[in-house]
Amino acid sequence: MEQWAELAKAALDDAGIDASAVNGLICGPITESDRFVPSTLAEYVGIPNNFGELVDLGGATAAGMVWRAAAAIELGLCDVVLAITPGSAIQPRPPESQKPKRLPWLGASSNNFGSPQAEFEIPYGNLGQNGPYAQIARRYAAEFGYDPSAIARISVDQRTNACATPDAVFYGSPITVEDVLASPMVSDPLHLLEVVMPCHGGAGVVIASADIAEKSKHRPVRITGFGEHVSYKTPTYADDLLRSPVSKSAPMAIDMAGIDRADIDIASIYDCYTITVLMSLEDAGFCEKGRGMDFVRDHDLTYRGDFPLNTSGGQLSFGQAGMAGGMHHVCDATRQVMGRASAQVQDCNTAFVTGNGGIMSEQVALILEGA
Amino acid sequence: MPSPTPTSQPFWDSLREHRIRIQYSPSSGSYVFYPRVVAPGTLADDLEWREIDGMGTLYTFTVADRPTAPPWQGASPQLLAVVEWDEGPRFSTELVDIEPDRIEIGMRVAPVFCDVPDQQITLLRYKPA
Repeated sequence: MEQWAELAKAALDDAGIDASAVNGLICGPITESDRFVPSTLAEYVGIPNNFGELVDLGGATAAGMVWRAAAAIELGLCDVVLAITPGSAIQPRPPESQKPKRLPWLGASSNNFGSPQAEFEIPYGNLGQNGPYAQIARRYAAEFGYDPSAIARISVDQRTNACATPDAVFYGSPITVEDVLASPMVSDPLHLLEVVMPCHGGAGVVIASADIAEKSKHRPVRITGFGEHVSYKTPTYADDLLRSPVSKSAPMAIDMAGIDRADIDIASIYDCYTITVLMSLEDAGFCEKGRGMDFVRDHDLTYRGDFPLNTSGGQLSFGQAGMAGGMHHVCDATRQVMGRASAQVQDCNTAFVTGNGGIMSEQVALILEGA
Repeated sequence: MPSPTPTSQPFWDSLREHRIRIQYSPSSGSYVFYPRVVAPGTLADDLEWREIDGMGTLYTFTVADRPTAPPWQGASPQLLAVVEWDEGPRFSTELVDIEPDRIEIGMRVAPVFCDVPDQQITLLRYKPA
C-alpha cells in the first residue's frame, strides 16, 4: 500500500498531472488486504474515484489494467486513471505469529481446498511455473523441433539491451549463447539463464483522456488496440498447449488499431521464459507457427537490430519485480514511443506489448502509438 | 495429499480399489476430467461415471533437476508428466520405472496405483506400457 502510494506520486509527477485530477484507480492484489482493495487504496491516498477495479490476471495484470483504464475513460466514467503495480518484497513484516499462511513456493498454484490444482496437480509436484513451462517447451520440441542455441539467442539479445540500460539488474554483464547453455538446467529443457530474474521494484502508468494527455509533460502515447483471452488455468487442460491465447489477443489488438505487423517498431513481449517469447512471436503472427527458431536466428532482437524486442532487457535481464514485471513491458514500450528509453530505438512510434499470466493461460495484447 | 470433494469422491474411491472411473457426458459424447458438476463447454447436466482402463500416451513431460518445491527436496529428478488417456482427457502425473533419457513424447504408458495408506488415498502414476 505504501509502495502503491509512492509509485502513484512518482507516476503523476512524471506525467505532470495533479493528484486532484485523478478519478480512477486500478490495481492488482496487495499484501494488506484480500478484498476491498480499490477502496483501501483510495482511502490511503485520499483520492476519490468514479472507477475502482482490482485485476487478477497474474503477469497479464498490468496490460489488462491499461486497456480497462482506457475503456473506462472512453466510456466517460473518468478522466485520469492510476494503474500502479508495486513489486517489492522489501516491506514491514508482521510478528512471527501473524505471518500469512500462504506457502510461498506455491507460485501461480492454489492449494485451497477444492482447487483442481490442489487435488490433481500439486500432489504430483506439478506446481509453480518452472515445471509447467518446461512441459510446454518439451511438447514444442516434439511438434516443431528444438534448437537450444537458437532459443538462447532471446536471452542473449535481451541481455545486450540490459547492458544499455543502467537501471537493469544485469547492466554491465553481457552473456553469450554458450553461457546460456552452460547455465544449470532448472527443468529440462529450460536453463537458469532462460528463467526470469526476480528483483525488487515497482512500476506504474497514468492513463488519461486525450485532452489531459495533450497537456502532460511528455509525448502522449495512445492505446489504439487491445485484446484479451483467458481460457484455462493449468496447461494440463489446455485445448492445444502450443497455440497460446496470444493467438487470439494479439490479432484482436492489431486489428483494432488498424495497423499491419510491419508498422510495429518495437515489441515488448512478456518473457518469464525464453519459450514464452518464442511462442508469443509465432502466435502474434510475426512468423509462421513452428518457425520461431528461424525468426530469432534471422533477426537482430537488440535495440539496434531489425526487430527490437524487450529493449531494456525484459524480465530475463532487467528483472522481474513481482507483479510489476508485467508493467515493465508496458513502461518499456511507453518510454520508447515517448523517446525516453535508455536504449532508444530511432523513430519509434508504434509498439506491441503483451502480458502473460498463469502458465500461458491468460494473455493481453496492446498496441501503443505516439500521438 | 489431495483432499477429495463431494464431487470428486467417486474418482478417489475408485483409485483405492485400483480402478479408474472418470465422468462422461452423453450429450456431447466426450469424457471429462477433472470431476465437475456440469459438462465443460455445454454445461449439460448429464455427467455419469464410467470406468476406463487408464491406458494412454505421453503428451508432455519435464525432468526437473531442481525440486519444484521444498517438499520434493531430495527427490530429484522429478519426472513430471501429462498423460493423454485413450478416451481423450489429460491427466497430470509422475512417471516411474523409467530412466529420464528413455522418456519420449507419444510413448504408450500404463497406470501404476500408489497407495498412501495413512492418508487413505491412492495416487495414480504412470510407467512405460
